[in-house]
Amino acid sequence: MLAVVVLLAGPRLGRSSFLVAAVAPLATAVWAASVAPSVLDGAARTTSVGWVPDLGLALDLRLDAFSLLMVGLVSGIGVLVYVYAYAYFDERPDLGRFVATLTAFAGSMLGLVLSDNLLGLYVFWELTSITSYLLIGFDDAKASARAAALQAILITGVGGLAMLGGFVILGLEASTFSLSGLLAAPPSGMAVDVALVLVLLGACTKSAQAPFHSWLPRAMAAPTPVSAYLHSATMVKAGIYLVARFAPAFATAAPWQPIVLTVGLATMLLGGLRALRQHDLKLLLAYGTISQLGFLLVLLGVGLPEAALAGCALLIAHGVFKAALFMLVGIVDRQAHTRDLRRLHELRHVPGWRPAMAVAAVSAASMAGIPLLVGFVSKEAAYEALVHGGVGAVDTLVLAGVVVGSILTFAYSARFLRGAFGPALVDNPVEAPAPPGRSFLGPAVLLAGITVTLGLLPGLASRLVSGAAAALDATVEPVDLAIWHGLNPALGLSLLTIAAGTLLALRWRTLEQFQAAVPRLPSADDAYAATLVGLNRLADRTSAVVQSGSLPVYVGVTLLTLLALPGTALLVGTELPPLPVLAETPLQIGLAVAMAGAAIGAAVTVHRFVAVLLLGFVGYGMAAFFVIQGAPDLALTQMLVETVTLLIFVFVLRRLPTRAPQVPWRVGTASRLLVAGGVGVLVTGFALVAGSARTAEPISGAFLDRALPDGGGSNVVNVILVDFRGLDTLGEITVLAVAALGIVSLTRVVRGLTDGPAGPPLEDGRP
Amino acid sequence: MRRSPIFDTGVDLISRTVMILSLYLLFAGHNQPGGGFIGGLVAAVGLALRYVAGGVDEVRQTTRVQPWTLLGGGLFLAAATAIGALVAGGQVLESGKVSVDLPVLGTAKATSALPFDIGVYLVVVGLVLMVIESLGDPVIDPDHPGGEAERG
Repeated sequence: MLAVVVLLAGPRLGRSSFLVAAVAPLATAVWAASVAPSVLDGAARTTSVGWVPDLGLALDLRLDAFSLLMVGLVSGIGVLVYVYAYAYFDERPDLGRFVATLTAFAGSMLGLVLSDNLLGLYVFWELTSITSYLLIGFDDAKASARAAALQAILITGVGGLAMLGGFVILGLEASTFSLSGLLAAPPSGMAVDVALVLVLLGACTKSAQAPFHSWLPRAMAAPTPVSAYLHSATMVKAGIYLVARFAPAFATAAPWQPIVLTVGLATMLLGGLRALRQHDLKLLLAYGTISQLGFLLVLLGVGLPEAALAGCALLIAHGVFKAALFMLVGIVDRQAHTRDLRRLHELRHVPGWRPAMAVAAVSAASMAGIPLLVGFVSKEAAYEALVHGGVGAVDTLVLAGVVVGSILTFAYSARFLRGAFGPALVDNPVEAPAPPGRSFLGPAVLLAGITVTLGLLPGLASRLVSGAAAALDATVEPVDLAIWHGLNPALGLSLLTIAAGTLLALRWRTLEQFQAAVPRLPSADDAYAATLVGLNRLADRTSAVVQSGSLPVYVGVTLLTLLALPGTALLVGTELPPLPVLAETPLQIGLAVAMAGAAIGAAVTVHRFVAVLLLGFVGYGMAAFFVIQGAPDLALTQMLVETVTLLIFVFVLRRLPTRAPQVPWRVGTASRLLVAGGVGVLVTGFALVAGSARTAEPISGAFLDRALPDGGGSNVVNVILVDFRGLDTLGEITVLAVAALGIVSLTRVVRGLTDGPAGPPLEDGRP
Repeated sequence: MRRSPIFDTGVDLISRTVMILSLYLLFAGHNQPGGGFIGGLVAAVGLALRYVAGGVDEVRQTTRVQPWTLLGGGLFLAAATAIGALVAGGQVLESGKVSVDLPVLGTAKATSALPFDIGVYLVVVGLVLMVIESLGDPVIDPDHPGGEAERG
């Protein structure tokens, strides 16, 4: 199934690629429907595809009833979004890229909800973040879209990293990375609590929970099909999905319920309040989505069986009505070229807009929780669950929070309808737009149809919802969703919600004035901006201190560190072995004295060129030592390296003044001599200690024996280089190549500064 | 810059000899002192001689190949040899041997280490050529924009 998706992810030309690509989610939906009966009976399907067997990574896929619900949402809404996008976009050249990314997203999302391995889930999780980044930034010519995409991936990426940390801890504690295995036998303890906080951080960033919600309204820069799909129905539910999976097993852990309930309720209320002050229809829906996500987090995260049931119902209801509403906003935007509800023409009096209005009314009413629609059914179930409670002292608080949140939801639903179809609030509204075509509106009509059908006959969804909730928490008892549960507290709360919501909706002018009077609080957006600025500043300061740009300082720091750390270890931890034979021939003594003299001369001379020549002398002396010791290869290499080094030094020195800068009182020279002498003593000590510290049999003997039979050569040094240690050599020549590129780029940069763009000789035509 | 014909001819002779020496070292390296790294360095010295005689242009005329072509080609050759062993069913960089009995010259033996060593050789030569290209062009003295302040 994933293969189908990946196969179709190749870029295709033209608008019709949407319809071609829609086959992928359609096939998925059909497949899901075909296996639904057996899965709903509790028989989870599993598949395992080997991936990186060496690391124990496998693509474990597992389809249980809750995954089935998510798959149904992702693929079902996916098909409709593809059809909608076909009508939404004009023909443009980069649509192939868009379709490919969208399909890749759908594939990752399916992988996310099907994965039974924590690390696999993480990979898919990040894949959805990346594809979402690409989709938000689809209008890559617009700076705002790029910034929005960056904000989304930074926030969800930080959360994702935290989550990975949490997963690793959980996996190690439970000694399995299998999701089902982890949930069947949840570990506990301090480490697990930390891990859960990390996982929750990931889930909250992904699902745009306060205070990490700021990326979601920004993400509305994406084309509307993307918003309808990713940012309402699917991707933002990934965090909810994870929380729902974890809640039954971990709700009793210390940090779980406080975090989930606080964050969820705060998000629900904050989203509702913010939605009420938006003038952009799409932003209004975005904040509405944030609010609903908070609601879902409370329901599915609290860990109560009845709440999980209500949460599953709300997942369906929300996916259906929110996708329809986003599609409508896209339609209005395309036809009227504005989404500002103050400037929109009074659409209800424009002929041809009635079907669209009906769809909007049904979907918004479902969002508000008006009876006979699926939103009402799920909200009733939620109230029912929370009235029974089970969390403890905060039961009432949670219930009150949810009711207030629902009242706000009612109010912004009304605001959306009035804004889109009611009278304009400014004197110069836009022209009456043309009504949308059939294929444009079709998917939204279908979604509204589902809203009504499930609202009138909630029993149709009972099996799916019960099964999904039971897959989360085995203690869930199957229920029949129904419109009428009799006179009970939940019904009373529903009525209260509707009454208070109506009041708020009618008094909207007062509400707007009130909101205008309240000073603007620092928003999460500001916090995000401040964090970015702060990070950049910190990076600047750090590099200003660490990267002084002075070569003597770099070398000095490196050498002093060498003296301080290994030097101390040498002094404290080891005993000096007896001195070896000082010299085997008088020649060695003479060489050593000459080399030492040259080295000291190099350190004290003020002429750069003299210093380089003296260094070269030291190097050639070293080669002479190798010859004396009978290592011709080494000596040859040393000679040649010395020659080439000298050559490069000369190249560079031509560009520098002949004399090194004068250092007052010769402090510089003295300290240089000191450091150099210290390092020399240290290295000598190391050589002595390391030479006598050998306990294992030297490997060189084996190399000598194997060189001819295995390596096919009698020069053992060369056989080591190209065969025994060939991979090292490969790495080294790669480093050489990179260094060569570095030299070229550096000199080009310098030349660019002095000569301007006029031809670096590398670009000349060669003879 | 005035060029002395005696110097030019001398450099020409010597640098050709040095290049041949470098090739010898490269191919003999598996059994006698030498190898790709040493051979490459010797070739680099030969090229540096050319540079001393005629500057960057002289070096360019000698090599004709772009330095980065040598660099990349060498890296590619070495990596391909390493992976080739995998394809042939061995470990990375495992060397294979071929012995051919030539009628007059005796037995010639080639191991798969040779292309690897040639790769190393090319990378080293490429590196030095790039250094010469980047750093070896005439320094423009800021005080005398027209004149060259060659001291190398």
